[in-house]
Amino acid sequence: MRTVTTARSRYGMVIDLDRCTGCGSCTVACSVENNIPPGTENVTERTGITWMRVYEADDGKSFPDTHSVFVPIMCQQCGNETPCMSVCPQNAVEVDPATGIVGQIPERCLGCRYCMAACPYHARYFNWWDPKWPAGMEAAMNPDVAPRMRGVVEKCNFCQSRLHTARERAASTGRTAIDPADYVPACVEACPQRAITFGDLDDSDSFVAALAAGDRAFRFLSRIGTEPKVWYLSSREWVRNLSDRVVARTRKENVRG
Amino acid sequence: MTITRSLVPIAGLATGLFAGWVVFPTVLYTTVDQPVQFNHAAHTGNGAGMSCQDCHALGQDGRFAGIPGIHQCAECHEEPIGSSENERRFVEEYVQQNREVPWLVYARQPDNAYFPHVVHVHKAKLACETCHGKHGSSSGLRPYEMNRISGYSRDIWGSSIAGIKSQAWDGMKMDDCISCHSVHNNDRACIDCHK
Ligand code: HEC
Ligand code: HEC
Ligand code: HEC
Ligand code: HEC
Ligand code: HEC
Repeated sequence: MRTVTTARSRYGMVIDLDRCTGCGSCTVACSVENNIPPGTENVTERTGITWMRVYEADDGKSFPDTHSVFVPIMCQQCGNETPCMSVCPQNAVEVDPATGIVGQIPERCLGCRYCMAACPYHARYFNWWDPKWPAGMEAAMNPDVAPRMRGVVEKCNFCQSRLHTARERAASTGRTAIDPADYVPACVEACPQRAITFGDLDDSDSFVAALAAGDRAFRFLSRIGTEPKVWYLSSREWVRNLSDRVVARTRKENVRG
Repeated sequence: MTITRSLVPIAGLATGLFAGWVVFPTVLYTTVDQPVQFNHAAHTGNGAGMSCQDCHALGQDGRFAGIPGIHQCAECHEEPIGSSENERRFVEEYVQQNREVPWLVYARQPDNAYFPHVVHVHKAKLACETCHGKHGSSSGLRPYEMNRISGYSRDIWGSSIAGIKSQAWDGMKMDDCISCHSVHNNDRACIDCHK
């Protein structure tokens, strides 16, 4: 099995929770980009698919003293002992040594959902049905991302199809490295608050590396040692303290399905 | 009596082998004719003198144009140039009605496979022939063979049912991609070739 020790770049994301308004644009942009059809009537919070899901948490005080925060959660791209990868009996999950991206190969997946149980972040979703698009919407599907079928697990992969495109662009001009401006995931692009920053964590000049090293930065469940490559920022202490708790409550309106 | 008895297993084996190696491949694939006969030789080199790039362009951004659209054919084929029945039908049914030809792509990979031409043509400097054989200089289109179970083109598995490769371009399964990659010391992650 491959390991991440030979990584040439290590893509990561930083989400500023002090900026996030919970609008859900990231969820929508992600779904459109990655051919995730809108949930049908009978989907529930448990069965719906959103690679990026916005949770709400509060500081536990009662009105009018209460404060709340919105937390967009997607695959945290664990860099150490990646739980989903280590449990997969099919080798359908792989950490790309060149990018650090945790890849999910749906065509290899047998649908046992062991990875979903193993994922500490609930960031993996199962296709309970074949995907169905409302009439007319099929024409707007993204040709660079293959739709998944019933019976397989899927999750965020930092919009790897955009990495493909960026590499094609680099190859056409004879460059070996991609231009970072060519590889920006859909959620980053869509966020009206500019709350999400993306880039190479190993590139010391990158904005994302600087943010991740700052005082406001933290990662969820860092105590379990999975070394996620998604960081969060907040200057509020109670928000940072959430990081070792499970976010208790989801806000229905922000959860599609 | 003993002779007929010993013939039974031999006959059984022969029937089995015949079914497996002769009947199965014929039953496994269904054959479809291309909508129009296209003659590459007539358009390239000594023919109409076009280059592969004229029709199969690799764009500035690295996107591969694939098979040219009907508007490109219309530049020369508003009216039939030659006298062949095939060309007359092509002009009347497609060019004059501005209708795209539903070509059947021999090399078509499944939806979930990602293949970048620009990397192989510009960066790795591979000739089209390495993967497509003599298609670019052929003078007609062979029938398209489709696997009845998977719906894939036979060119993915290759012509030999046992999977024996006679030419570099004969078969383009995942293993074939990877065996060339390993020759070039080009170890790829799953998500590099899957989308
Ligand atoms: C006049 C435009 C034109 C030119 C010039 C041209 N082609 Fe094509 N090419 C086509 C069309 C139309 C098709 C679709 C029909 C077919 O499969 O041949 C095609 C199909 C192909 C395919 C088949 C893909 C598949 O698997 O079905 C290959 C390979 C190909 N061309 C290679 C070449 C090469 C190599 C050259 C240069 C020597 C070339 N072409 C020049 C128009 C062109
Ligand atoms: C640069 C001009 C040019 C373009 C562009 C062009 N052709 Fe042609 N085409 C020719 C010439 C020249 C012939 C040869 C006519 C002859 O001698 O019969 C020809 C012949 C043909 C024939 C008849 C071949 C036969 O013998 O049956 C077909 C069919 C055809 N072309 C299809 C296409 C298609 C499809 C395209 C678009 C992908 C296309 N052509 C684009 C110049 C062109
Ligand atoms: C390393 C192998 C390789 C090389 C080299 C290569 N091709 Fe391809 N080609 C493929 C594969 C694989 C596909 C199928 C792609 C798919 O379905 O996504 C393909 C598809 C095509 C198609 C059909 C595209 C479509 O989307 O309709 C054409 C036309 C084509 N190639 C032409 C060319 C030409 C012209 C060259 C040389 C400049 C070339 N190829 C070089 C492997 C190759
Ligand atoms: C005849 C040899 C050959 C075959 C066949 C071949 N490749 Fe490649 N491929 C290469 C080489 C060489 C490179 C490395 C190019 C470089 O980076 O210089 C490469 C690179 C790639 C890359 C990396 C792109 C990047 O931006 O770094 C992908 C993806 C890829 N190939 C996919 C495929 C797929 C899918 C197939 C089969 C359908 C395939 N290749 C078949 C030779 C081949
Ligand atoms: C060099 C490119 C390449 C790499 C790397 C690669 N694949 Fe593939 N894979 C393909 C191509 C092309 C196909 C489609 C052709 C075929 O079915 O063989 C395919 C098909 C498959 C299929 C069969 C799907 C189907 O619908 O029949 C599975 C499963 C699969 N790949 C899993 C993986 C896994 C898991 C990895 C990583 C360990 C991986 N692949 C790495 C190119 C690649």
